[in-house]
Amino acid sequence: MQKESSNTIKKPLSDLQKKLLNDFQHGLPLTPTPYLDIAKELGVTEDEVLNALTELQESKMVSRVGAVFRPNRIGVSTLAAMSVPSERINEVAAIVNAYPQVNHNYEREHVFNMWFVITASDNDQLDSVLKDMELKTGLSPMSLPMVEDYHIDLGFPLQWGEESA
Amino acid sequence: MSELNIKYDNDALLLDDVDYRIIHATQKGLPRTPQPYHFIASELELDAGDVMQRIQRMQDIGVIRRIGAVPNHYALGFHGNGMTVWDVPDEYAHDVGAQVGALDFVSHCYLRPRHLPDWPYNLFAMVHGRDRDEVNAKMENISELLGSQCRGHSVLYSSRILKKTGLRITERR
Repeated sequence: MQKESSNTIKKPLSDLQKKLLNDFQHGLPLTPTPYLDIAKELGVTEDEVLNALTELQESKMVSRVGAVFRPNRIGVSTLAAMSVPSERINEVAAIVNAYPQVNHNYEREHVFNMWFVITASDNDQLDSVLKDMELKTGLSPMSLPMVEDYHIDLGFPLQWGEESA
Repeated sequence: MSELNIKYDNDALLLDDVDYRIIHATQKGLPRTPQPYHFIASELELDAGDVMQRIQRMQDIGVIRRIGAVPNHYALGFHGNGMTVWDVPDEYAHDVGAQVGALDFVSHCYLRPRHLPDWPYNLFAMVHGRDRDEVNAKMENISELLGSQCRGHSVLYSSRILKKTGLRITERR
């Protein structure tokens, strides 16, 4: 579990890293040598690109470099929420997180204080995970599956401050 | 709960076992080696050209949204991360959702079922900002945009990440 407040930037981003983050959030070329192709475009070496990406990943500023799958295209998913007594948060989180089908889990400031995404191979598996969770925690998850997706995914615009935050 | 059901389309059926093996091999991230697709291909005992063609096809049919760096907003200094939720009459939801989803500070925007009486909100928009003041100001922008088409809204701030991994597909049946 990571505490968000410990997760601050320790080292300023290099210009190359900013460019990689901004320009290649959605545009890693599908070519035999994608890193070399990016390097050529940015006027740097392939090693510099690979090192910059490795550093971004090791410092946790990018969670990964790879394919982003669209929800509900492979498998089915839902956003579930639970109202967990504050003294049981860690215990319940451990139970919920143990399911490989749970890929995100956030504690939020609300009566519904635990929010997580469940992705399963089909609806039967999804239902059985929800039921099993209820059995193990004694708490009933509220399931809010996506009905429609309005997001136009162009990556996320990272507006750097003047002095580069 | 009748009409609001999981919207599940059957594109997944267009994927074969080889596609699923490629998905498995890449979902934790692309290898950082000069020829990442060749690397995957040799691990799966496939042809690199075939791997790239299949990934291209999965992009074309929308199974893969994009290939690139997945930023960790929090570590990058976007400390706001507020899940804004809105109660919009069903008849307006589609139009309103499209407008909100197009805002550049909204990273995800979904319509979901209400869960009455506990949960009256049907439109979810994830808003990122450097701090809560910025997120609150952006939420006000959305509120103005929706005007009288909004019957109520709230924002849920995250206080802790309890788990975060990429999408994992388990046991295909």
